[in-house]
Amino acid sequence: MSIFDKFQQLVEDRKALLGGGGGDPFNVVINQVLSSTEAMVNGRRTILAGTNNYLGLTFDSGCIGAARIALEEQGTGTTGSRMANGTFENHVALERELAEFFHVGSAIVFSTGYLANLGLLSTLAGQDDVILLDADCHASIYDGCRMSDAEIIRFRHNNVSDLEKRLRRLGDRTSRTLIVVEGIYSMLGDRAPLKDIADIRTKYQSFLVVDEAHSLGVLGENGRGLAEEAGVEEKVDLIVGTFSKSLGATGGFCVSRHPELEMLRYTSRPYIFTASPSPSVIASTRTALQIIKTHPELRHRLWSSTTRLYERLRDMGFILGPEPTPVIAALVETKERGVELWSQLLERGVYVNLVLPPAAPNGGCLLRCSVSAGHSDEQIEKICQAFSSFS
Amino acid sequence: MDGFAARMKSYDEILNEVYAILTPYVHNDLTLDEGTELVADIGLDSLQVMQILLEVEDRFDISIPLNIIPDIRTVKDFVLQLEHLTRQS
Repeated sequence: MSIFDKFQQLVEDRKALLGGGGGDPFNVVINQVLSSTEAMVNGRRTILAGTNNYLGLTFDSGCIGAARIALEEQGTGTTGSRMANGTFENHVALERELAEFFHVGSAIVFSTGYLANLGLLSTLAGQDDVILLDADCHASIYDGCRMSDAEIIRFRHNNVSDLEKRLRRLGDRTSRTLIVVEGIYSMLGDRAPLKDIADIRTKYQSFLVVDEAHSLGVLGENGRGLAEEAGVEEKVDLIVGTFSKSLGATGGFCVSRHPELEMLRYTSRPYIFTASPSPSVIASTRTALQIIKTHPELRHRLWSSTTRLYERLRDMGFILGPEPTPVIAALVETKERGVELWSQLLERGVYVNLVLPPAAPNGGCLLRCSVSAGHSDEQIEKICQAFSSFS
Repeated sequence: MDGFAARMKSYDEILNEVYAILTPYVHNDLTLDEGTELVADIGLDSLQVMQILLEVEDRFDISIPLNIIPDIRTVKDFVLQLEHLTRQS
């Protein structure tokens, strides 16, 4: 018996699935990044259609310039946590700008989006509290729940009546219940029915958390996400998000109109016991946030390409997620077929994500694309062509 | 089934309902009993476990917290937890 025995099944499963020699979908090496939508992979010029780089800001000259200045002036890293080693002025500035952007009083920056969910959920929900989370929530939400002392209950994905049924069962505990949903779900790309969920939250006097990781900069007239698009920002208690998608960096945040959010700085272990974001990351994120505010044409461009790719794939006969959003996932019936198609796409110069069960539904797998405002019409056409031979 | 009816169920009644829910998932010569292990003996994967939880929740009109799942190994563990939850509801 060895402590490593538990991995043996995984080793065998991987060998069976990937033994064909088509490459490992979960260890793709990008040899050289050419732009926000193109890279060299296996020596081949490849369109990046699986990077969550929704606004294409990773190569924005303003973001790079701001990061470069911060790097020169403040160094490569903070080398410690804000509580123990101090807060940089730019951390505070970004938090102020996030609060202003969302029209709330409080904002906290975390070192990653994953840590933002861990930091919020593990700390806010305590003993005697309840977390009601959508079954399709991201792993960071599940992990944050697991780290809390709360009772954790799932409700059926996007099923408002199932959510309400479970709230009814809680009786007078609903006022100590946190409902957690996402703006756009990361695998199938569907929105939460947020208006109905917000109404239920008010009816049962619960609290509502929306993770806008995939919807920040993507939804809403001003890019604030699904809560803005659905017109329910007043009913959302806390918004979590990430800098690593539409903002083109790494990091995460939580904003709230509840001033008690500030107490997380003294109680949240994932905030306290990790190094704060590097100066260059904060600087590029601040610039990217300004771009979201001032360049709605990026969102328009993103949605134009999204609609085009979604409709083309649908017309080819692919089974897609229920609605067009920049996360477009094509369902493939078996894992083996999924690996085969994924490898062929890469050979044709298109990189997408392969998603296996349990993240993919019904024992199948997903070829998951994420569209970017940086994709040219020609690139979208090439992605369509790469898929077309499978249909 | 409404919550009142669920609250009145005995251990044996719950056990029989759990057998009925689990039977379609048994694909070998296994005979279910209280000592049957859900993962090791029946071979349930995580998706099947979640599907079974949903079926049980609907049938007994309860919500099963994810927190208790690590404590459920056998059919008996499962029934005892359901007995507890139905009494609470």
